[in-house]
Amino acid sequence: MAGSNPNAKPMDLTLKVWRQKDRNSAGSMVTYPVVGISPDMSFLEMLDVLNEDLLRKGEEPIAFDHDCREGICGMCSLFINGRAHGPERGTTTCQLHMRHFSHGDTITIEPWRAAAFPVHKDLIVDRSAFDRIQQAGGYISVNTGGVPDANEIPIPKSIADKAFDAATCIGCGACVAACKNASAMLFVSAKVSQMAMLPQGKTERKTRAENMVAQMDIEGFGACSNTGACAAECPVGISLENIAMLNREYLGARLTSENLA
Amino acid sequence: MNWFTKTFSSTIGRKIIMSITGLFLISFLVVHLVGNLQLFKDDGGAAFNVYSHFMGNNPIIRTMEIVLLLGFLFHIYDAIALTRRNKASRPVGYANNHPQENSTWSSRNMGLLGTVILVFLIIHLWNFFVPARFGGLDPIVVENVEYDNLYIKVVQSFQIWWYVAIYVLAMVALAYHLIHGFQSAFQSLGLTHKKYTPFIQKFGYAFSVIICLGFAIIPLYFFFFFEL
Repeated sequence: MAGSNPNAKPMDLTLKVWRQKDRNSAGSMVTYPVVGISPDMSFLEMLDVLNEDLLRKGEEPIAFDHDCREGICGMCSLFINGRAHGPERGTTTCQLHMRHFSHGDTITIEPWRAAAFPVHKDLIVDRSAFDRIQQAGGYISVNTGGVPDANEIPIPKSIADKAFDAATCIGCGACVAACKNASAMLFVSAKVSQMAMLPQGKTERKTRAENMVAQMDIEGFGACSNTGACAAECPVGISLENIAMLNREYLGARLTSENLA
Repeated sequence: MNWFTKTFSSTIGRKIIMSITGLFLISFLVVHLVGNLQLFKDDGGAAFNVYSHFMGNNPIIRTMEIVLLLGFLFHIYDAIALTRRNKASRPVGYANNHPQENSTWSSRNMGLLGTVILVFLIIHLWNFFVPARFGGLDPIVVENVEYDNLYIKVVQSFQIWWYVAIYVLAMVALAYHLIHGFQSAFQSLGLTHKKYTPFIQKFGYAFSVIICLGFAIIPLYFFFFFEL
């Protein structure tokens, strides 16, 4: 393997994995040994190895979400050894490498736990609640027509940077998984503040804050206790400042919007 | 529901109520501690008894007493409502979870700390507030005027070791509750800014420790250094 560490010794591990047949079945933790894991493998590649073994034995492979495996799509999840996306800070599960574990380790792997994220199968949870929150107002309406000139609307660099930082949220749901209340505040706050800061987002500013928070509550996420667990576990480092901004946006919108409902 | 009740029964709305009532209750702590400092005056309790008489009879104070009670009730009611919702948001927990890696213990246990404080509050009110308001205290004459001797009730109560222990433990719980709560209230209200937030966090920490230390010193002083 090009670029691999020739001194890296293969590891044997014990995995304790949540297995659940489907949404309506009861699940349980099942123990699997895995042998000969290269420290250069990503966590998902390690699971691929286990699944190959299971397939050879005629057993059902472990279902888990993944897509780009480059840490940018937000599809992978997994609660590894009691931490969202594993013990390393600022990383997604697909970018977590086996060199952070040691030979003989026991690793627990669980799905995100939240009433709003029902387990679909094994380690896959249904995160469509996030989609519905986005659909409630996480967008700007733009008329079609001629292509506007770049940088036509002046935006201070500091604001553009802050909005971009909020926009880096990949919607993986680690914030919900890490929060003791399974609160979606960090996700919703990133989506609201990203647009509230920019001129293009001002038109729908109030309805956005109102509708996205209402949808968040309908989906059954918890409230924010300001523990900061979400930001600490966020793979892209979304800041708690966004939650403060959402609180401001929501209260301001509720007190001054035309909406009497 | 109209827009107002809908706003303040949303998750964010309830947190806003928690912050406003929390900061109000914090302001009460300052007034309460400053008043209590008169217990240290070496005049056989005269200043403290006159002060407690004023607090029990002044119409503005009596009105604020009702506002204070409402502050407690809203804070407790919303705490229960939020906790119930938060518990329901994760019906199945993790087999292996290490929250200590990403958050402080006090931030995760505000409900537990609040419950300890509530139990203390009931004991505290039963012992001092109820006899002071509804009778049961000995009279004492200060400058030819008769007052209720709340001072002697305080002194006698703090001769009991387990009573002192309850007070000190409750103040430890209160300190941890405030260490998270003070700065959390500003976050919930959206009052954050890089110019002010670092100060609010440091001030909140110092405030929590100093106020609770101030309250805890009173029973300890009367237990260790005061002879009846």
